[in-house]
Amino acid sequence: MEIKETAVAGTLESSDIQIMVSEGTNGIAIDLQSDVEKQFGDQIRSVITETLNKLGVTDAKVKAVDKGALDCVVKARTIAAAQRATDTTDQPAWEVL
Amino acid sequence: MKNSVNRDLPDDLMKDLDYKPFETTEIGNPDIQRVAPSVHVSTGDNKLVDSIKQVVADTVKDGMTISFHHHFRNGDFVFNEVMREIIDAGIKNLTLAPSSLTGVMNDMVIEAIKAGTITNITSSGMRGSLGDFVSHGGLKNPVIFRSHGNRARSIEHGDIKIDVAFLGVPNADELGNANGMTGNAVFGSLGYALMDAQYANKVVLLTDNIVSYPNTPASIKQTQVDYVVKVDKVGDPDKIGSGATRFTKDPKELKIASTVNDVIVNSPYFKQGFSFQTGSGGAALAVTRYLRQAMLDNKITASFALGGITKPTTDLLKEGLVDKVMDVQDFDKGAAESMHSNPNQQEIDASWYADPDNKGAMVDQLDVAILSALEIDTKFNVNVMSGSDGVIRGAIGGHQDAGTAKLTIISAPLVRGRIATVVPDVTTVVTPGDSVDVLVTEYGIAINPKRKDLQASLSNLPGVPVFTIEELQQLAEKKVGTPKPLAFTDRTVALIEYRDGTIIDTIKEVKD
Repeated sequence: MEIKETAVAGTLESSDIQIMVSEGTNGIAIDLQSDVEKQFGDQIRSVITETLNKLGVTDAKVKAVDKGALDCVVKARTIAAAQRATDTTDQPAWEVL
Repeated sequence: MKNSVNRDLPDDLMKDLDYKPFETTEIGNPDIQRVAPSVHVSTGDNKLVDSIKQVVADTVKDGMTISFHHHFRNGDFVFNEVMREIIDAGIKNLTLAPSSLTGVMNDMVIEAIKAGTITNITSSGMRGSLGDFVSHGGLKNPVIFRSHGNRARSIEHGDIKIDVAFLGVPNADELGNANGMTGNAVFGSLGYALMDAQYANKVVLLTDNIVSYPNTPASIKQTQVDYVVKVDKVGDPDKIGSGATRFTKDPKELKIASTVNDVIVNSPYFKQGFSFQTGSGGAALAVTRYLRQAMLDNKITASFALGGITKPTTDLLKEGLVDKVMDVQDFDKGAAESMHSNPNQQEIDASWYADPDNKGAMVDQLDVAILSALEIDTKFNVNVMSGSDGVIRGAIGGHQDAGTAKLTIISAPLVRGRIATVVPDVTTVVTPGDSVDVLVTEYGIAINPKRKDLQASLSNLPGVPVFTIEELQQLAEKKVGTPKPLAFTDRTVALIEYRDGTIIDTIKEVKD
């Protein structure tokens, strides 16, 4: 799936994560800021990568600002940002959910 | 070596500092010897000076122990003014022994450590940039954390020998009679500072409000004071405490508070003349409101309320639902003002409040304590000192002391954001599980299995599901996932004393 434009989903409220997806060339490159980096940084990165891969996105830059989001939130925000970035919001990727 | 809460303690430090590992919450009935301060005799005629610099030059020498109180909290001007003079005078190797350290002091403490002025610290707690600095190995010698009751004990034992105490007060006369109740920057009870006034070799009062002699009521007395320093401002009244206490609207906190109330009301301790201590957090304040209604409904009054006092508590006093407020510190203006106007609000010092080595402290008479937690583990051990990232960001306060109440309730949300509060093992043990009786979360309660009597009285309350603490821990982990273990180096940056002076845990330098 091709990234057509930079897109963002999520807020900076506590328990949310803001994910910005933009064009990339070298796999999934994640720049993560999180208060729980030490305990959950790897987990958050793997959920984002896995979710993007399932959507068929293999090359993207991701900027993620986490405020303590649970995995389900990370996944939901990633899907929303990716579908906006790939201009596919009118075709919800049910199988990824 | 390991202590009885299964924490590994560094043998070399334990030996060098002559510490014993924590064994039990029981204090027993030992005979102990207290120490007394030295007294520089005078008629008191020339105490009033206007230069901090001069007093520092006269009193503070390399290697001494100096102290402050934290009653001004984040409105404190005194600490930074005095420390500025001490650093500029080039004094080295001091032990800093305040009742606690507040955020407004952080930068100055870090500067003093870097300058070699401060080389040892003992405190109730530390937060923010200072906690971060110490957790990253900024101070060579480990910080010693003590509860408020333990600080009083340590001072009486001579474990903390204060050479000079710098105590800010909102009023004083020329000889040093002072209280915390009138003036511009009022904070109410002087509870923690009274220990310093009684036991320090030199007592320096700092005030922006010299009143006519003799000043009454005198909490600190002229017989204890060496110098009275006139300064421009001792503190910012707006930052000492929250002006008006707001009740939480957070449904999670309200749910926890109403459950805490259910636990109290259905416990064997809720009867005419019971006593209680609550904290100052949102849920604790809401508990006071629910408890008020329960007391009215059941026509029950309390004999005393204890500890850090807030306006909701003094309102109960005014209403006649509480007979006495035993007040070691006030968290808001309303409580501080009430102390001035209501003779049933008694100022108590930290020893009277919570010192275990005593002929009876108030906490020994306490029925119900409602306390908070950063973490609580499946052994009911509580951490109020280190954050989920392992960095120092809290204070023992009276947690270990009030934890000795007949019914100790920990009120805490099951998870905070992505961080579980109920965990397999707390990062730092501050209050041992043996002290803790009931955990209340928004999902339900867990009762310490050692309290079979409470299991019986609390097991069938409508709307209060009972879990084992292991079940609550698993529920939390299911929600947030399994965290990666924190990484620490071998270096000890802080020791946590239990209230009897044994070591209950250590804090290691964090590895980033």
